[in-house]
Amino acid sequence: MEESDKKKINAQKKQERHFLSINNISKILFNEILERAESFQVQGTREIKKLPLLRGKTVANLFFEPSTRTRTTFELAAKKLSADVINIDIQTSATRKGESLKDTLRTLESMQTDIFIVRHPESGAAKFIAELVGDHVSVINAGDGRHEHPTQAMVDMFTIRKNKRNFSDLIVSIVGDVNHSRVARSEIHALKLVGTKEIRVVGPKTLIPDQIEKLGVRAFFSLDEGLKDADVIIALRLQRERMQSALLPSEKEYYRCFGLTQERLKLAKKDAIVMHPGPINRGIEIESSVADGAQSVILEQVSNGITVRMAVMAILSALKYQK
Amino acid sequence: MLELEQLNVEEIINSVSTKLSSLKNENKIKDPALIGIRRGGVWIGRRISEQCFPEDRFGELNIAYYRDDFRRIGLHPTVEPSELPFDIEGRDVILFDDILHTGRTIRAAMNEIFDFGRPNSIFLVVLLDRGGRELPISPDISGINMELSDKYHVKIENNNSIEFKVFERLE
Repeated sequence: MEESDKKKINAQKKQERHFLSINNISKILFNEILERAESFQVQGTREIKKLPLLRGKTVANLFFEPSTRTRTTFELAAKKLSADVINIDIQTSATRKGESLKDTLRTLESMQTDIFIVRHPESGAAKFIAELVGDHVSVINAGDGRHEHPTQAMVDMFTIRKNKRNFSDLIVSIVGDVNHSRVARSEIHALKLVGTKEIRVVGPKTLIPDQIEKLGVRAFFSLDEGLKDADVIIALRLQRERMQSALLPSEKEYYRCFGLTQERLKLAKKDAIVMHPGPINRGIEIESSVADGAQSVILEQVSNGITVRMAVMAILSALKYQK
Repeated sequence: MLELEQLNVEEIINSVSTKLSSLKNENKIKDPALIGIRRGGVWIGRRISEQCFPEDRFGELNIAYYRDDFRRIGLHPTVEPSELPFDIEGRDVILFDDILHTGRTIRAAMNEIFDFGRPNSIFLVVLLDRGGRELPISPDISGINMELSDKYHVKIENNNSIEFKVFERLE
């Protein structure tokens, strides 16, 4: 084998140790995550609802940005695989006292941490951290800036697959603040990978990135048109904390034009499902009765979040040992 | 190895079944919970128990997540989950597998069973005990005992008739 080939394979192996993005993920890994998640879902009559796959391993939740749902589902997932979990809230930790990110990581590594779950406001942060850590550590991206949120996309693919048949027959509309949404970006990559019939992004021009159609999606600037005949509607949270300029006249105005209401939901297919990655702004991007309605699978997304994240962690920690 | 391949497996199944019946008659098994280890132990177990425990439900155990070698060889590709359609607590578990070798599969199965509850006892029933144990585990009933070298891999095939197949492992 040529030296360059060896380097390539090593680089690829290093990549596989981490879970950083849906873009470029292999179809094999993608499918394995969904299948594994399925197998973790049935716990039935078990007295002890834990599996021993990560026994003796330590998982560190490294959150540089607040999060409730993602952090707790990761924590529960790790615990159901028998791992020990430490939560590090960076906002209150030593980085505040001037410790550099590199030093924080080194410290955690020397505590024999095996998996870092990283949430960070900067795009590319998880990859940056993956390059810093030692060979025995896996990094999972739990959301980096506007870039990606790959496990959430896997959770949503799993949820769609449980409710619908073939992706190749589905029209999926992603509605709202696409511009600031890492979830949307990961969803689009994932939906493309599974061969979705039509992927739509729907929202006001100021919240839809320019040239997004290059990603292979259709852009709609009218909610009514974007919802027509949709099988799956993914509503996105309006990310006011990331808006630095006047992108919207008012929340009221936004709800009037782009709020997902009962009335508008009728434009989609009768059996369409409604999803939302959370947290929900009721009365801003979605009407309360839709979020709690019969077509909503929002709570199912939350519980699927545990099994899918279990699958990702189990696969990564087994991959490390494969020859 | 031909010797093993020529055995009449149907007869062995019947003899195991008879031994199991006598255990039952001796009142050693009072409240049976039948469990087969996927996959070989499931259909063999069903065959063995259909005569002596025709009424009882049959559970299936997938021990993939309890194996001790996943850190060496990765996760097992089959992902069908375990399915025990009954309570384990206080029961006399009859655990079936097709071939007993190192004992590691049985160790994993027992660990998993205890995550479902605390059985009163576990009986181990296998069709072939090929020796080579690495753990202190022995069967309560075995159809046939034959010490085989580690270089052989044994499978039970069920095409037109049930047969043992012996392969030499590739190094």
